[in-house]
Amino acid sequence: MTVAVTKLRVEDKLFQNRYLVDQGRPHIKVRPHEHPSANLLALTRICPAKCYELNDKGQVEIAADGCMECGTCRVLCEASGDITWNYPRGGFGVLFKFG
Amino acid sequence: MSGEKFDAIVIGAGMAGNAAAYTMASRGLKVLQLERGEYPGSKNVQGAIMYANMLEKIIPNFRDDAPLERHLVEQRFWMMDDTSHVGIQYRSDDFNESTPERYTIIRAQFDRWFSRKVREAGATVLCETTATELAQEGGKVIGVRTDRTGDVILADTVVLAEGANGLLGARAGLRQTPTSESVALAVKEIHFLPEDVIDQRFGLHGNEGCVIEAAGTISRGMAGLAFLYTNKESISLGIGCLVSDFAATCESPYELLEAFKNHPSIKHLIADSEVKEYAAHLIPEGGYKAIPALFGDGWVVVGDAAQLNNAVHREGSNLAMTSGRIAGEAIFEVKSRGGRMTKRNLALYKTMLDDSFVIKDLRKYKDMPALLHTNSRNFFMTYPKLMSEASKNFMRVDGTPKIENERATTAAFIKARSRWGLVSDAVRLALAWR
Repeated sequence: MTVAVTKLRVEDKLFQNRYLVDQGRPHIKVRPHEHPSANLLALTRICPAKCYELNDKGQVEIAADGCMECGTCRVLCEASGDITWNYPRGGFGVLFKFG
Repeated sequence: MSGEKFDAIVIGAGMAGNAAAYTMASRGLKVLQLERGEYPGSKNVQGAIMYANMLEKIIPNFRDDAPLERHLVEQRFWMMDDTSHVGIQYRSDDFNESTPERYTIIRAQFDRWFSRKVREAGATVLCETTATELAQEGGKVIGVRTDRTGDVILADTVVLAEGANGLLGARAGLRQTPTSESVALAVKEIHFLPEDVIDQRFGLHGNEGCVIEAAGTISRGMAGLAFLYTNKESISLGIGCLVSDFAATCESPYELLEAFKNHPSIKHLIADSEVKEYAAHLIPEGGYKAIPALFGDGWVVVGDAAQLNNAVHREGSNLAMTSGRIAGEAIFEVKSRGGRMTKRNLALYKTMLDDSFVIKDLRKYKDMPALLHTNSRNFFMTYPKLMSEASKNFMRVDGTPKIENERATTAAFIKARSRWGLVSDAVRLALAWR
């Protein structure tokens, strides 16, 4: 298929959503690492909010502000210890208007 | 809240949690319900279709004031390749009955309504409160801790209605965190359009609704499904695939969603719409074999948290509502007999659930997840392409003798899957469906 999906910015999608960000208290943390595991690396592609990105040293970093709390990263990377996952504090995080 | 003890604490205000809380509170039990969102529904995501029969068993006159979008008169199943779809379509005026059997809903609105009913029934509903830990004593769950206070809130029973991504049960060692093979990641958008435009595009009148569910090359060889549901003044559409498949292919979910929206069979249906939200959620897909322990000393688990989802029939919220109601009824039954909330007594919940459509349906399809997941390329890539090719061969009138077209179609099937492969796929599908 030749559907043009060039330059799709997920940031533009997330812009529609409402969030109450708990400043300075991210609910997901990535364990410091030299080289990311395959699953951690996969998150840079499959996180639906694109929270995970590679830095210039080839390590995976997270900015959890746009997180939709789906749990995909938890299912893939919590057991190995690559990440720690908690719910945001009550009332914080994504607020779906429609859901 | 310190010093107070509840008959039951319900974790979560989704379909399962609300059904459980309502059932218990309306029977006079002292119920506390905890919801981490700002309001009930603010963390919940669903397609969403709501089945009337299951809600009627909880709130018989729900049609009086529940926020319902459209009742469904038409269902389309599409098998899609890159430029076409082959479909089954069922539409019936019989669905225009006085008490329709299914509706599209918008969860954030519906859950607020359901929660109001829960409060009216007498439950205490506490929002913006994240339950952080189950408190246990001698292997028995005795209450929960929240992020509001370090104190334990005590209860005879805790109903875990915390959803597919629930943390508490897994942290307490009562069940496993779902594996990437047993959950799908779905992404969804809501597109607003004037009511009359939706009516026109789908051939609808009044409150009639139409749904499209589609599989095929749109999931790029992964086990997945896309959907498009008509609401009153909006269209919900999305696509979901197994998390393990996403991890293996590194396909991006939002690129998949964009490609689905841009498919020539879909694009004109949502043209000129205004997108107002983008959401993501996990869906339990493991079926019968992935159901965890459902009860223990002082606790039961319901809904998505218990993997109660029928992926073949795309039914989730009705299993959630029903398991919540049954859990509530079982707890009330034990209580009214003067029994304690022991594992032995709460086994009543499972007995009642086994006897309902919930477990009977999941048991029927127990082999389906494994079949679809291990053969995803055949079922979601090869066959849709073959079906499209076969249909095109059948439809085109270009002077080729029909017998040659038929031979070409047969040859294409055999080349792609071999005679043995075709027979074996058919037999395995039939066995899993049985």
